[in-house]
Amino acid sequence: MHELSITQSIVAICEENAGGLAVKSVTLEIGKLSAVMPDAVRFCFDVCSAGTVVEGARLSIIETPGRAVCEACGAEFAIAAFFGKCECGSRSLRIVSGEEMKVRELEV
Amino acid sequence: MCTTCGCGETDQIMVTDPKTGDQRMMSHDEAHAHGHDHHHGEDTHSHEHGHSHDIRPTAETHGRTIELEKEILGKNQLIAERNRGWLAGRGILALNLVSSPGSGKTSLLERTIADMRTEFEIGVIEGDQETVHDAERIRATGCRAVQINTGTGCHLEAEMLERALGSLDPPSGSLLFIENVGNLVCPALFDLGEAAKVAILSVTEGEDKPLKYPHMFRASRLMLLNKIDLLPYVKFDLSRSIAYAREVNPAIEVLQVSATTGEGMPLWYDWLRQARRQLRHSTAAG
Repeated sequence: MHELSITQSIVAICEENAGGLAVKSVTLEIGKLSAVMPDAVRFCFDVCSAGTVVEGARLSIIETPGRAVCEACGAEFAIAAFFGKCECGSRSLRIVSGEEMKVRELEV
Repeated sequence: MCTTCGCGETDQIMVTDPKTGDQRMMSHDEAHAHGHDHHHGEDTHSHEHGHSHDIRPTAETHGRTIELEKEILGKNQLIAERNRGWLAGRGILALNLVSSPGSGKTSLLERTIADMRTEFEIGVIEGDQETVHDAERIRATGCRAVQINTGTGCHLEAEMLERALGSLDPPSGSLLFIENVGNLVCPALFDLGEAAKVAILSVTEGEDKPLKYPHMFRASRLMLLNKIDLLPYVKFDLSRSIAYAREVNPAIEVLQVSATTGEGMPLWYDWLRQARRQLRHSTAAG
């Protein structure tokens, strides 16, 4: 349940940046390869935000798909897991997106 | 999302019949009974606001958007980097040992301490949800140990290491083992400030664990295959296990050891010596 402590961090970041105003909405970016489950964060969000300026805020989560570049041939392609094989046969892949874990913006 | 088992909502659970290749999405209630409601999708999620907007004259009618682009784990990362600097400045090699419960981490440490104590000063930070059993086992070897109990927490975080370093106060040039909570999922996400993560996989587990828990094996520099003395008695395909680990992490180093018989342990000790030389070199260069 690392999502619990991750959501606590999300709420803390919102509180630090809301300037004491009630937060209406929070937008997160969570990559599909990040090992963080958006549904788990949604579940924890209500619990973690209770009693803070974030309580009642609408939570939007942008799920960034995984993409990798093959270090051998340079091809870029979509991936569902962060390991796999390029069409050229190489397994040496560099993840270029899908690992994001960010608070993108707040609306107060 | 279920707080008890950590599983996802219904749309995340896929049931695959390995014999037929059939796949179907599983309804969550089929998996286990739940005592709570599961409607957290944005479409169905309506919240009552606990405040009235017109009593805040400073807020604009349509709200103000604050762009943040803040890393969610940024604070943990910051503390981890501080820990890393603190450790490097003292020439302390810190290794974060990660595995499932029961892989033999504590036994491996006991053996390592017994064999290496004349060569290195060794300190241990033990992470478990409950009990001080492991720290007591380490202390019985005569080595300094601190226990962190995470309570319901399933992993160590950089701040916990920072506090533990304060109470352990490891001497300069020493070797520090951080035994993380037995869990192959969560500890992969939290940098503590260690020089490297070492994943321990025992041959009594499934050889496909690197594929099942790829984040952990990807984050580790070394995989120790432990309990190899039991290979004649278990169905564990050693070469396949190594191939799986390299699939998720082509650069991972692998050593085969038995903490019980001592087989392969000298290779691990050489690895430790080498890692310490590298640390000294990088500290001197930096």
